[in-house]
Amino acid sequence: MNWGAEIAKAVLAAVGMFTFLAIVAAMFGVLLERKIGGWIQSRLGPKHVGPQGLLQTLADTLKLLQKEHITPRAADAVVFNTAPLVVATAGLMGWLVIPFGTLGGTVLVVRDLNIGILFFAAMASMTVIGILAGGWSSNNKYSLLGALRSASQMISYELPLGMALVAVAMEAGTLSTVGIVRAQDGWMGSFIFRQFPAFVIFLVAATAEVNRVPFDLPEAESELVAGYLSEYSGMRFSLFMLGEYAEMFAMAAMTTTLFLGGWKGPLLPPLVWFFLKMYLVVFFMMWVRWTFPRFRLDQLLSLCWKVLLPAGLIWILISGYRITF
Amino acid sequence: MGTLAAFFILSAVTLIPAVVVVTSKNIVRSALALVPTFFGITGLYILLRAEFVAGIQVLIYAGAITVLILFVIMLTEGGTGIRIRQVNEQVPVGALASAVLAALLIWVFLRTPWPQGPGALPEYTAAQIGTTLLSSMVLVFEVTSLVLLISLIGAIIIARRER
Repeated sequence: MNWGAEIAKAVLAAVGMFTFLAIVAAMFGVLLERKIGGWIQSRLGPKHVGPQGLLQTLADTLKLLQKEHITPRAADAVVFNTAPLVVATAGLMGWLVIPFGTLGGTVLVVRDLNIGILFFAAMASMTVIGILAGGWSSNNKYSLLGALRSASQMISYELPLGMALVAVAMEAGTLSTVGIVRAQDGWMGSFIFRQFPAFVIFLVAATAEVNRVPFDLPEAESELVAGYLSEYSGMRFSLFMLGEYAEMFAMAAMTTTLFLGGWKGPLLPPLVWFFLKMYLVVFFMMWVRWTFPRFRLDQLLSLCWKVLLPAGLIWILISGYRITF
Repeated sequence: MGTLAAFFILSAVTLIPAVVVVTSKNIVRSALALVPTFFGITGLYILLRAEFVAGIQVLIYAGAITVLILFVIMLTEGGTGIRIRQVNEQVPVGALASAVLAALLIWVFLRTPWPQGPGALPEYTAAQIGTTLLSSMVLVFEVTSLVLLISLIGAIIIARRER
């Protein structure tokens, strides 16, 4: 094995992925969020920068890049400054195993790991560390409360998320994301039909895992200022946002891969199909965000432990029975 | 050559934060330093081609156990923000004991004829682990899950008694 070439390839892949996500997920995603939000609430959304407000997020990013980094005097500086990097990196790492489509016989994926969805779940679980570290090191009670809420929420919802992943892995007989897409043959072969309960559980748990409304208690603006984000400014704040949007898009891409047949589809090229399906899921998540009010913490946790987790376990049992006999 | 270099780098990644864990005066920093330690060990697992164990290591240890430790520290009154001493006046005795233990372990490692298992490693260990857990290891597996269940119930009972 040529180590130099491998490291160069890894660096190039990381830079490419980062740029892609910063543009597609964070910049375009935020714009989409604001436009869809405006549309749902019968207003116009961003309108002034560029044609139809298309360059609004670019302007916002440039503004954020110029802002001063403020480290509060009472904060633990090392942890405070590292936390956004952890969240952003964890959000980006999940994309390594997402297959985007095929191009002339080769599958477009950074690495087709044979533990693909396990790797994805592991990287999704790393975000909590960054959020907890950021919330604690800010030395601010709202930040700490937000961080603790986020930790309890994400740890709880990792379990139903894992259950849904297990059910899909059982159905496909592999943990590799490319293998799972290959296992979904034909139009009715998509796992959304055969694994519908797992699909619902995954989507709910994924929404909770990325801290979006109706599960956005960690950063609830009206009660916690902005939760763990309160003390962050400038690029560190935007790194948190980048991580959050990257993870949200990663969850949408994972839903596409696991349940909607990934890149497969008639007529159109695979890449187009993948992005169509992914943006459909993204749109659904945004639709939910602008429609539902926020849960209370006890409602949130009882939904996870008393509904989703038993449902996931029962569904694994049913799937296992159906696959075995 | 590359494997050896990777081993030394991963050992450094594991050991340097581990030193921080046991010496830091801030208990939250100690807990956070566990994360790179776990990642170093994950790297070692990958080096040994145990990719499934590596994934579980990140998911359970780095992602869940560390968070639980942090959670407990932050919920404990006075757990954060104070400077604590991790050592007391028994440092020389402890150093002596650990030096003797290390010497003993190294001596054993050097003298043991390590057996080379027959056959090659399976290409895909996740399926093998699953099959083994549910066939020849099924009793151990079930007893372990029973122990976890009992500890879960025990935790609930202890937490409920306070009312």
